[in-house]
Amino acid sequence: MNDVLIILFAANGFDKGAQGLAGAGRRLAGESGGSLRAVVLGEGAETLAQEVARVADAVVVADQAELSEYQPETYLNALAQVCRESKPRAVLLGNDTYSQELTPRLAHRLGGSAAGDGVEVRVDGDALRVGRQVYGGKAHAVLELKKSPAVVWLRARSFAPAAPRETSGDVTRAALDIQADTRTRVVERRREAGGESRLEEARVIVSGGRGIGGPEGFETELRPLAELLGAQLAASRAACDAGWVPPTWQVGQTGKKVTPELYLAVAITGASQHMAGISEAKTIAAINTDPDAPIFKHSRFGIVEDYRKVVPLLREKLKRVLGAGF
Amino acid sequence: MNILVCLKQILDPEVPARDFRVDAARREAEQGSANLVTNIFCENALETALQLRERAGGATITVLSYGRPTAEDSLRKALAMKADAAALVLDEGEGTPDPLNVARVLAAAIKRLGAFDLVMTGREAGDWGAGQTGGLLAEELGLPCVSFVDGIEVEGGRLRLRRQTDTGWELFEATPPVVVTVTNDEHNVPRIPKVRDVMMSYRQPLTKLTPADLGLAADGNDYYEVAELSIPQKETRCDFAGGDTLDEKVEAFARHVVEVTRGM
Ligand SMILES: Cc1cc2nc3c(=O)[nH]c(=O)nc-3n(C[C@H](O)[C@H](O)[C@H](O)COP(=O)(O)OP(=O)(O)OC[C@H]3O[C@@H](n4cnc5c(N)ncnc54)[C@H](O)[C@@H]3O)c2cc1C
Ligand SMILES: Nc1ncnc2c1ncn2[C@@H]1O[C@H](COP(=O)(O)O)[C@@H](O)[C@H]1O
Repeated sequence: MNDVLIILFAANGFDKGAQGLAGAGRRLAGESGGSLRAVVLGEGAETLAQEVARVADAVVVADQAELSEYQPETYLNALAQVCRESKPRAVLLGNDTYSQELTPRLAHRLGGSAAGDGVEVRVDGDALRVGRQVYGGKAHAVLELKKSPAVVWLRARSFAPAAPRETSGDVTRAALDIQADTRTRVVERRREAGGESRLEEARVIVSGGRGIGGPEGFETELRPLAELLGAQLAASRAACDAGWVPPTWQVGQTGKKVTPELYLAVAITGASQHMAGISEAKTIAAINTDPDAPIFKHSRFGIVEDYRKVVPLLREKLKRVLGAGF
Repeated sequence: MNILVCLKQILDPEVPARDFRVDAARREAEQGSANLVTNIFCENALETALQLRERAGGATITVLSYGRPTAEDSLRKALAMKADAAALVLDEGEGTPDPLNVARVLAAAIKRLGAFDLVMTGREAGDWGAGQTGGLLAEELGLPCVSFVDGIEVEGGRLRLRRQTDTGWELFEATPPVVVTVTNDEHNVPRIPKVRDVMMSYRQPLTKLTPADLGLAADGNDYYEVAELSIPQKETRCDFAGGDTLDEKVEAFARHVVEVTRGM
């Protein structure tokens, strides 16, 4: 079987990540000479399935009551069943929390091999190869996955979307035999304030590091600047670990992978693990007191000054130049 | 409660990019003058376990590593942080074992070491960044798994696990035994052991095993192999805002910002 199966969660809709995943899946299916299939899980799967059907050859809807919301053990059981039935050569997922969590376990259940954080995926003879950053973004590796199926989560937003097909793929409902697994159970879910407009979709990001010095700097300096620029706020791990801002703000290897037009790094060194999250940013700019900070090696423009002096003045100037309408 | 924490020793991830080299032929990183350290997320996991022990009024914490003889240092440091027991499975093979091989060895060692209510790993290791061992270990042990956990409470015989998600967090109830992978957060920044405790840790017992002792053959990487390893060349020339006064410099910087945002 040479088919490629992509896994989508209804709650995320057909966002940039889902579209990139479908694009990656379509190209891989073309290379391996198979079809592109999708499975959509969770409440509202039917609606998303209709959209996905425009780019996929077949879509399976898995929205029975036990799957209405994410529970890791139950979802894993369901996915293993779907995959055993359709016997794909490759299973692709996005880079959301659930995909990252499920990938290695699903591979294990199917007797396959997994890889994560893929930025390229291709067929090479009998094997599937996945390109990814390693060593905190300091090196690039190509992994050869030896067992089949290959189960891979991708930096989905970095892939070009799939072109719509002339005829929509078939949408069918999965008939799954699901025993609720109660050994673990999500009992509460919370969204962080600001988590609504997702950092991954932001066009301008103002990001602060340890050099900000405390939560006040984020509130009194960076937030008004971000508002002025219509930007989202983000942070380095050091700032998150200090408890100044929520962990959902973290950008980097183990945080969000963002793709803005402008990423303004304020008081951030630019460690490779931080840069791993902004390699797709179009323009990086930095404010830092240290002229030798690695961040400047990745920046198109920068200023070597204390951010506490720069930011208030910058706000004033931007207000004047951009006018009230901006 | 019996807790087991998996620790991986890695090349110091803080090595700056300009000092980092790879051996492309062997497809391995060169150590150069870099130190070997415990992976940060493993230390976050150990810190979470230590705090859990303090709050729950007792628990036994065992640390386990599969690695080269040098990994003993990571385990000793964990003992100095006040883990109760340590075990090292010596990796005598060539090259780097793939995540499935690692999970098989760790699972066999865990079964040998005892019965655990909670098995903890880091979310990923700062070298290869696979992020797979916790999940594969859960499958090898036939246990459920919760990833990206940053806080654990005991309630009766059950665990309450808080984990980070893309958009916020989720609270889990779990019946032990369970595997968790741990991520960083303001509450689990690892404590620094006292120098005296580090010295003392070298006198504490440490179990040493080999894969053969656990009935495992070294059969090479059948899960995945590193086919290529390279260092990407990417540097941008930075236009530093110039000027004699702060005002002039910020003015130049602001002009750049406006240019980029207008062009969007
Ligand atoms: C496995 C692993 C995964 C990681 N994942 C991530 C990740 O996802 N994201 C991430 O960010 N990090 C990550 N890290 C951590 C990373 O290695 C760095 O430690 C971290 O990014 C440093 O954050 P920072 O630049 O804010 O802090 P610091 O390194 O402390 O830098 C502070 C900077 O602020 C400047 N500064 C100080 N005061 C001022 C001032 N008044 N005005 C202007 N500039 C000032 C300083 O010159 C300095 O450059 C990871 C590390 C590991 C090992
Ligand atoms: N050789 C090892 N010995 C002990 N624990 C390991 C080993 N490799 C990985 N782990 C654990 O698995 C986590 C994730 O590692 P990885 O899957 O390699 O990214 C680490 O933080 C460790 O807790």
